[in-house]
Order: sequence, then structure tokens, then C-alpha cells
Amino acid sequence: MKVVEVRGLVKVYEGPGKKHVRALDGVDLATARSECLVLLGPPGSGKTTLLRTIAGLESPTHGEVHLGGHLVNGLPPRIRRVGLVVPSYALYPHKTVRGNIEFPLKAEHTPRAMRERKARWAADLLGIPHLLGRRPGRLSVDERRRVALARALAREPAVLLLDEPLSGVDARLRAAARDELRSLQRRLGTAMICVTDDQAEAMGLGDRVAVLDAGRLRQVGTPQDLYDEPVDTFVATLIGTPPMNLVPRGDRLIGFRPEHLLPAEEIPPEGRVTMPLRIDRIEYLSGDRHVYGSVARIGQETRVIARLPATMTTPLAGGQTREFAVPGDRLRFFDAEYGNRTAPVRIGG
Amino acid sequence: MIRVAADTAPDARRRGGPADREGLLTWVFLLPSVVYLTALVVLPLALAVALALSGVTATAPAYRFTGAGEFASALGEGAFWRALGDTLLFTAVSTVLVVLCGQVLAHVLLARFRGRWLVRPLVLLPWTTPAALSATSWRWLLDSADSPAGWLTRALGVPDGAWHTRPAVAMGAVVAVHVWRLTPLAAVVMAAGLTAIPRDVRDAARVDGAGAARRALEVTLPLALPSIAVAALVTAVLTCADVTVVAVLTHGGPGGATQTLATLAYTRGAEGGALGQGAAIAVLLLPLPLAGATGLFRVVRRRAER
Repeated sequence: MKVVEVRGLVKVYEGPGKKHVRALDGVDLATARSECLVLLGPPGSGKTTLLRTIAGLESPTHGEVHLGGHLVNGLPPRIRRVGLVVPSYALYPHKTVRGNIEFPLKAEHTPRAMRERKARWAADLLGIPHLLGRRPGRLSVDERRRVALARALAREPAVLLLDEPLSGVDARLRAAARDELRSLQRRLGTAMICVTDDQAEAMGLGDRVAVLDAGRLRQVGTPQDLYDEPVDTFVATLIGTPPMNLVPRGDRLIGFRPEHLLPAEEIPPEGRVTMPLRIDRIEYLSGDRHVYGSVARIGQETRVIARLPATMTTPLAGGQTREFAVPGDRLRFFDAEYGNRTAPVRIGG
Repeated sequence: MIRVAADTAPDARRRGGPADREGLLTWVFLLPSVVYLTALVVLPLALAVALALSGVTATAPAYRFTGAGEFASALGEGAFWRALGDTLLFTAVSTVLVVLCGQVLAHVLLARFRGRWLVRPLVLLPWTTPAALSATSWRWLLDSADSPAGWLTRALGVPDGAWHTRPAVAMGAVVAVHVWRLTPLAAVVMAAGLTAIPRDVRDAARVDGAGAARRALEVTLPLALPSIAVAALVTAVLTCADVTVVAVLTHGGPGGATQTLATLAYTRGAEGGALGQGAAIAVLLLPLPLAGATGLFRVVRRRAER
């Protein structure tokens, strides 16, 4: 059974000057039990609107929202039993951490003893039992994030909706926080929908990732699907650091990932496509070498990036022109005008 | 290279202008408020205390020091204690009603509905109208036989007219006009407090499953409390020191039933010519708003610190 399912969701806002903004433009999406689905997209792509619509804070202009198989359009947020964490964490500043965590339970008229037990359980889960007596004003950003998560989890919601759950976390701790969030979710088996504009976070966190742009879904799939088989140039260039290289050739764009563009001698000759790379400069990043330069011959001369793994010690220097190559099965082809995926074309060499 | 270094080095020979001297600037910026406070708060207050310590009257304006004589005679008077009681009652009832009505009006001010461009200025009208003018209008409304109030009371079978001959009704009328006049100010203050509550927090309460009553009592009210306290304080101070409404509407009557300390001081000092006695009563009124103000600010600050 689908924990959350949206069908044909459209949300139109009336902006200033009677201008209509389609924040969501026909979104179909479903998430299964104990799955982590990440909504990825640039700012303004409708991710947060989708999350708030599922929570019931926004009502859709068209389309249906189903929770646990029930149509919940028009039902107020309080009977939807979802857990929501927003970027500001929205803690009640006048209540203690305990008061914050217990608030959803109190709203459900949970008996006091049960309430205390559940609050304790949620606090233990997030490692904050020592903070129960404090007020949010005296907590660090990371502690506030934990309190917000504990509050969302306390009444064991069917789905946990997280809007930029790691945005406030210090960059150095983000990977650890992501890992903790994931293992927490696995342990509880709660379905989770996360919103982020950071592709690395989306790829690391999600069982599946849904890419949104201008209120429309571009692609939904596992991180590997999205990375290896992007359906269009938007997804291809959104995901991956550095992003996929795109070389124009006639009415097509030839796409290949930086890590597949390597010195020609490193790639077995059968099926490879070679091209001369004029090297501008080289960055040395976490052991890998990122080679900036431009390629010719396979299409229009285009600036590209090649990423050589630390294990590859081929001497390279700026100003050189070297023969590079990409394995033929690593090439992706897109329509130059619309950006959608097309059938492969033969490239000589 | 060397020349560049020399050019960017601090120029030790040049001193900063007057604008660079922070000590001087502090005094320049503070001066206007120091002058203002001295001229318009400290001096009048000192003058009032000096007057209160003298027996000066309009007919004998020469200053003669009489010590605490005027204070003693005021404190020994039944009218003073009665006025004090009336002031407390009048202030407390008005403040509670103003805060309640103001809270409702604050939500009206914030609500989005058609024609709110018309309603918003209308809401503020009672406060922006000069008190003397509005009190006069109210007096007509309540007094004249052809007024809506007169018609209404007759329709309800209440004996005609003469509302200001009955103490409780007269007091009610004074309170009503005060509430009508001060509610818009309190509403604006409290509306500002309500908009300061983060939308995220109100959304969180909805998602957390709280119904309208729980959201109002456990989320909105505690977070709006500082602005409610400020609105209550301002109302209380403006109410207990007000002369105009009582003076125009009832002139303290019937039989001193609506006489507050402020109107008593005014009647004795300005109208009766007993300047010293009026000043003494006014000075004795001072601790009331002062105590209220310090108490409220202490509560608000303690909440903010937590």
C-alpha cells in the first residue's frame, strides 16, 4: 500500500498583480512504506509546496492527495498524522524541550504517563534526554534540529516530511547527520519524504529521488538511475559534481561524466571515442585531479571537465593537448533543442 | 612594491576629525534626549512637587513653603480615598475591556477580506479623534432624549433620561467611552505582536494536531503576551491619568461617583484655584502608573530571558 500518493497535483498561487504562478503543474508521485523519497530541485521548483500540500498546510488547486489509501483533500493538517520538520525548526519558544515533544501527544489527548514515556523514547532516540528541561532559546542549531525531529516522531506518524532537514547543520557534520537520519529512519521503518536543493544530499539520503523543475517532475528513480540514465539535460547537469559534460554536435548534445573522460591510453580501444583535450588548468581535489580544458573533433569545441582518480598518475600539465577518450557505452545523447534523451548516434573514431 | 606598501600604511600624522571621536559623538547624540527629558519631564515634575509643598492658590500666588501640609490634608480627606478607589476600579475595568476588545480588533485588522482598506482606517478613528470632541458627541448620544441611547433605554422600559444621576450607570458610561477611545491603540499594538509570531510556528501547531482552542491558548497567547502586556500598560497609564472624558461626560458626578484622582487634581488645582492641593493630589497619583509600568516590564523581561 502506498503511504503517500499524489495524483495530478496542481497548485496555482495568485501572485502580485493578478499573476498566476503554477507552483505545482501536474505532479504524480507515490511513496512506499519505509522508503525515503527525496524531492530535489532548484529553489522555486515547487518542492516545499508539494511537501506542504501533503501536510495539509496548502490545499491543491487540482488533483488528489492520498494518505494510507485515503483521499485527504480538504482535511485539516491535524487529522493527517504526519510529522513535519521545517528549515526554521519552528519550535515553541515558550515551551521546554519536553513541552515541545509532548505537544502533539497532548493534542491527541494521550494520557500523561504515556505522553511522558513517548517523549522520553523520542528524546533517547535522538540523543537529547539531557535537554528535556531546557527551552529552545538556549539550544544550538543541531540540538534544535534534534528536538524538531523528536517532536515530529513522538506520535509515530505514518510519514515524516522533512524540509531541508540538514540545511542548518555545519558542513563538516553534514555527512554524519545524514547517516544518522538514514539509520534512524531504517530502524523505525517510517516512510520519509525529504526536500533538498543539494544534489549530493539527495543522492546520499534517498532510496529514490524525484527531480522537480518549475512544478513538474523531470525524473523519479534510484540515485543510480538518475546518475547513469538521466532522462534529460536538466537532470544530467543537476546531478554530479562536476556535472555531466555536454558537447553540441549537430542537432544533438553528447553527454559524458567527467570520470569517464580519461587519457586515451587508459581506455580499451574497442568502442571508445577519442578526442583531443586542450588542458587549461588542473585542480587537485580530495586526491582526484579535475582537468579543465576544451575538446574538439567529436563536435563543436566545448569546455569540459575530466576527473582523473587518484590511482591514475599520468603526468599532465596546463597548455598541453592530449588525446582523451570516453568508453562508447558511457556516452549519452540528448536533443539539442529540447534536452530530452535520444537514441545514440555513431561517432567516428 | 615598496611604494605600494608605503601608500597603504596608516597615516600617523593625520588625526581623525571630530566624527571619529566616539566619546564626543556619544554626547552629541544623547544631548537632544537629555534636553528633552530635562525640560519636559524633570522640570515639570520638580515644579509640581514644589507646588505641592506650598499652599499656593490662584488668589494668593506668592510661594510659601508649607512642608507636607497639602499632602496631609489630601490624605486626610474622604474625597481623596474615594477618588483613589474609583481610579483603581475605573482603570482596572477599562484596561481589561480594552485588552479584550483590542485583541478582537487586532484580528480584524490582520484578517484578509474584501473592503479591509476601508475598515482599517475606520477602526483607528476613535483614537485619532480628539478626546474632548468625541466625549462631547458621546454626551449628546447618551443625554438627549432624541439620541439612540435615550430611545433604547425608553424602549427597554428604563426610566427616562437622567443616566448621569445614577452612580453605577455614570461610571459605566465613562468606562464605555474610554474603552471605545483606547481600543484602537491597543489593537494596533497587539496586531503588531500577533504578526511577529512566526508563521512556521503556527503551522507547526496545526500539523501537530492542535485544534483552534489549543492553538490559541498554548501557542498564540503565550507568544503574544509581551505585546498584550505593553498594550495593557499603555492603556492603564492613559486611563488613570485621563481628565478629558470624565470632565466632559460627567464632571465627576453624580456626587463624586466618577471622580478619579486625575480629575480631582484638575478640579481642585485648575478649576478651584488651589494649586498646591491639586499638585499634591497629582503627585500622589504618580506611583500608580509607575508601579504598574515597572511591574509589567519586569514580567516581560523575565519571560524574554527564559
